[in-house]
Amino acid sequence: MDIISRKKELAKEFSPLITKSSFTLKVWMIFLATVVMVGLYAFYLQVKNGHGVTGMRDNVVWGIYIINFIFFVGLSYSGAFISGILHFFQTPWKNSVARIVEIMTVLSLIVGPIFILLCIGRLDRLHYLFLYPRIQSPITWDIIAIMTDLFGCFLYLYLTFIPDFAILRDNHDRHMPQWRKKLYTFLAIGYQDTPEQHKILHKITGIMSTMIIAMAIVAYSVLAWIFSLTVQPGWNSTIFAPYFIIAGLYSGVAVIIIAMFLIRKYFKLDHYIRKPHFVGAGIILLVISLLFGYFTFSEYFAKWFSHKINDINLLDTLFTTYFWEFIFANYIGVLVPMVIIFFRKFRSINSITFAAVIGVLGLWLNRFLIVVPTLETPYMPIQDTRPEFIHYTATWIEWSLSFAGIAAFILFFILIMKLVPIIPMSGIIDHEKEPKIKPKILTQIHK
Amino acid sequence: MKNNKLEKSETNRRNFLKLGLISSVSAVAGMSIMNTFTDDEEKKSSGEKIRLLTPDGKIVEVDESNINNYPEALITSSEARAGIPNRKFVMVIDLAKCKNARVCVESCQKGHQLDYHEEFMKIQLIQNNDASEPYWFPKPCYHCDEPPCVTVCPTGATFKRDDGIVLIDNSRCIGCKFCITSCPYSARIFNWGHKDKFDNKDIPYSPETQVPASEGTVMKCDFCPDLLRQGELPYCAKSCPMGVIYFGDKNEDLVTNGEETLQFSKLINDRGGYRHLEHLGTKPNVYYLPAVNRQFPLERGFDHDDEIIERYKDVPYVKKLKKEGKIKTK
Repeated sequence: MDIISRKKELAKEFSPLITKSSFTLKVWMIFLATVVMVGLYAFYLQVKNGHGVTGMRDNVVWGIYIINFIFFVGLSYSGAFISGILHFFQTPWKNSVARIVEIMTVLSLIVGPIFILLCIGRLDRLHYLFLYPRIQSPITWDIIAIMTDLFGCFLYLYLTFIPDFAILRDNHDRHMPQWRKKLYTFLAIGYQDTPEQHKILHKITGIMSTMIIAMAIVAYSVLAWIFSLTVQPGWNSTIFAPYFIIAGLYSGVAVIIIAMFLIRKYFKLDHYIRKPHFVGAGIILLVISLLFGYFTFSEYFAKWFSHKINDINLLDTLFTTYFWEFIFANYIGVLVPMVIIFFRKFRSINSITFAAVIGVLGLWLNRFLIVVPTLETPYMPIQDTRPEFIHYTATWIEWSLSFAGIAAFILFFILIMKLVPIIPMSGIIDHEKEPKIKPKILTQIHK
Repeated sequence: MKNNKLEKSETNRRNFLKLGLISSVSAVAGMSIMNTFTDDEEKKSSGEKIRLLTPDGKIVEVDESNINNYPEALITSSEARAGIPNRKFVMVIDLAKCKNARVCVESCQKGHQLDYHEEFMKIQLIQNNDASEPYWFPKPCYHCDEPPCVTVCPTGATFKRDDGIVLIDNSRCIGCKFCITSCPYSARIFNWGHKDKFDNKDIPYSPETQVPASEGTVMKCDFCPDLLRQGELPYCAKSCPMGVIYFGDKNEDLVTNGEETLQFSKLINDRGGYRHLEHLGTKPNVYYLPAVNRQFPLERGFDHDDEIIERYKDVPYVKKLKKEGKIKTK
C-alpha cells in the first residue's frame, strides 16, 4: 500500500517535468530546431553540389565529420560503460545519474553514425555495404559492431524505462492528454510491478548492463582499428584501441557532468542531483584524465624518441601548424581538469563543470589532431598538387552540420525528458525499499 | 569441345599480347583478332569466315562472331575483375632519364579524360639525403601485390586481378574514401563534385578505362588494361619522350619502353632496381632504377608554367633554388 501511494506521490511530483515546458525551454527548443534546420539545408547543398562544398580534398579526405563521428560514438561507448558499471555494482547514488547516462548512450549512438554517412560520397549506394559486404574490411566490422551496439543499448534503455512507463500509466492526473495515456499503456507492455515481474526485469536489465559494456568495448575498438590498421605514420599504433577507449570515457564522463549541471539548473532538480554526484563524477574524471594523459604521452613520446622520419614530419606539423591546438588538446585539456578536481578546495559544482567543458573541448581537438595532421603528412610528401588541395579547412557546411548534430543531440535529449522523468521513479522506490545500511553487495557474494 | 576452344582462344590472345608488347605493333587493319574474353560466354557461330592478317604475317581465317572489334567492345565490370590471363604486369621507371617533361602526365590525362588538375601520375621531387641532389620521381599507382586499399574496401569496389592490376569499379564504389586514407603512396583521387563529362554516355563505362567517371567515387592509375588488351603500352610509357617508363610482363621477364626491350630481371639486377618504401610490405609492381648518371640537370624540370612550379613550393630544395634565382618565376 505504501509503495502504491509513494508511486502516486512521485508521479505527481514528476509529471509537471514531463507535461509542462517553461518559456525558456520552448525558446531553446525552437533555437535548437533552427540549428538542425540550417544543418539540413547544408546537407541538401552537399548532396546537390557534391562533396566539393566541404573542405575535404584528395589529401585530407576525412575532416571534421569523422572527428564528430569518433567523438559521438565515444560518448556512447563511455555511456554504456558507465551505466553498465553503475548498474552492475548497484552503486548507491546511481539513480540520479543513471538515466542521463543511458539516454546519452543511445542518442550519441544515433547522432554519431549520421556523421559517417556525411563522409560517404555515394549515399545512394549505401545498401551496397549489405549487398556486397567484404568481411576483411574494418568498415564492415564497424557496421556490424555499431548496429549490434545500437540495438543492445536501445533495448537496455527501454528496459530501464518500463517501470516508469507503468507508474505513469497507473498514476496519470487529469491534465494528462489522452495520447500520452495510450502511449504509456502501450510502452509499459503490461508491466504491473508484481514481485515476479520485478525480479525478471531486474535480472534482464542486469544481464543487458554487462552485455552493453562488452558491445561498447568491441564497437569502439573496431572504430580505433579503422585508423590503426592502416600503415599511416600517425595512425599505425598498437595502443590506439585502448587509447580510444580511455579517450571515449574521458569525453563521456565530462559530457555527463555537463548534462547533470544543465539538467539540475534548468529543471530545478537540486534535490536529486547533488554535489556528491558532481564530486563522484569529478573524481572519475580525474582518474581518467590521468590515464588519458598517460596514453597521450606514451603515444607521442615513442614517436618523438624513436624519431622515424615520417613520425618526425607529423610531429613537426603538430608543433608548427597546429601548435595551439596541440597545446590545448594535450596540455590544457588534460592538466586543467586534473588540477581543478585534484585539490579538494577547488571542487565545487561550477568548477567541476568548468573542468568538464575544458576536457570535452580538449578531447575534440585531440581527435582532430589524430585525423587531420596525419592526412596532411603522408609517406609521400604532398607535391605536384594544386595549393588549395594541401591543407584542410572546414567550410561552413561542415560546421553547420556539426552544430546541427550537437543541437539534435540536445533536442532529442529534451524530448526524451518529456517522455519519462529524467530521475527514474522506480529507482527512487527501489532505493527507499532497501535498508539504509547497505550490506547487500556482501550478502549477494556469500549467497 | 568448349574447353578446347577456350584454350585456343587464350593461346591466341597470349601470342598476340606478347607480340604487341614487344614490337609495339598495334592491331592490324584496325581490328584485334581477340576472341571472347569471358570464359562464361560463348558466342554462336555465324558461319561467316573472315580472313585476317596476324601481326606475325600469317593469314588466318576466323569466324566473324569471334572478332572483337575493340575498342567498341566493352569489358564489363564483372569481366574486368578477371584480368588478362597468364600475365603479371610490371613497370620499371628509370629515374636517371626523367626531367619532369610531364608528357606522361598529360598523355595519361588525355587518355583517361582527366581534367588539368586531375593526375593519376604525379611527378615528385624526392631527395634521399642531404648529400645527394633531389631527382624527379614519377609516381603512378604501384599495383601492389598486398594492396592495403583492396583490403579495406567494404564493398569490393577495388580489387586485385590475376594479372597484377588493381582496379576500381566505380559502379560499386560507395565513396567512403577508406582506400584513399589507407594507401601509403597517395595514389588515389576522388571526384569531389559533378562534372559535365560524367554525363557523356557515348562510351559505356568500364573499370579498365575508368570512363566516364562518376561523382563521389575514387579513381587512380590503372595501367591502361584497355591498351594492354590491344597490345599497346600504357599512355605514360608510350608517350614519354625520354623513354623513362618501361612496361612489361614478369612472366615473360621482358619490359619495353617502346624503343628498347630489356630483360626485366637482368635490368633490375644490373641497375640496382628497387621498389619505393619497400619496408611497408605492400609489394609494389612498380620498380625504380636509381637516378645515377643523370641525363638532364634537375633545373630542366622547372621549364614549366608558374602554376606547375608552385606545386613544388614546399620542397626545401626548390626554396633554395628560388632564393638563388635559378628558377624563374614572375
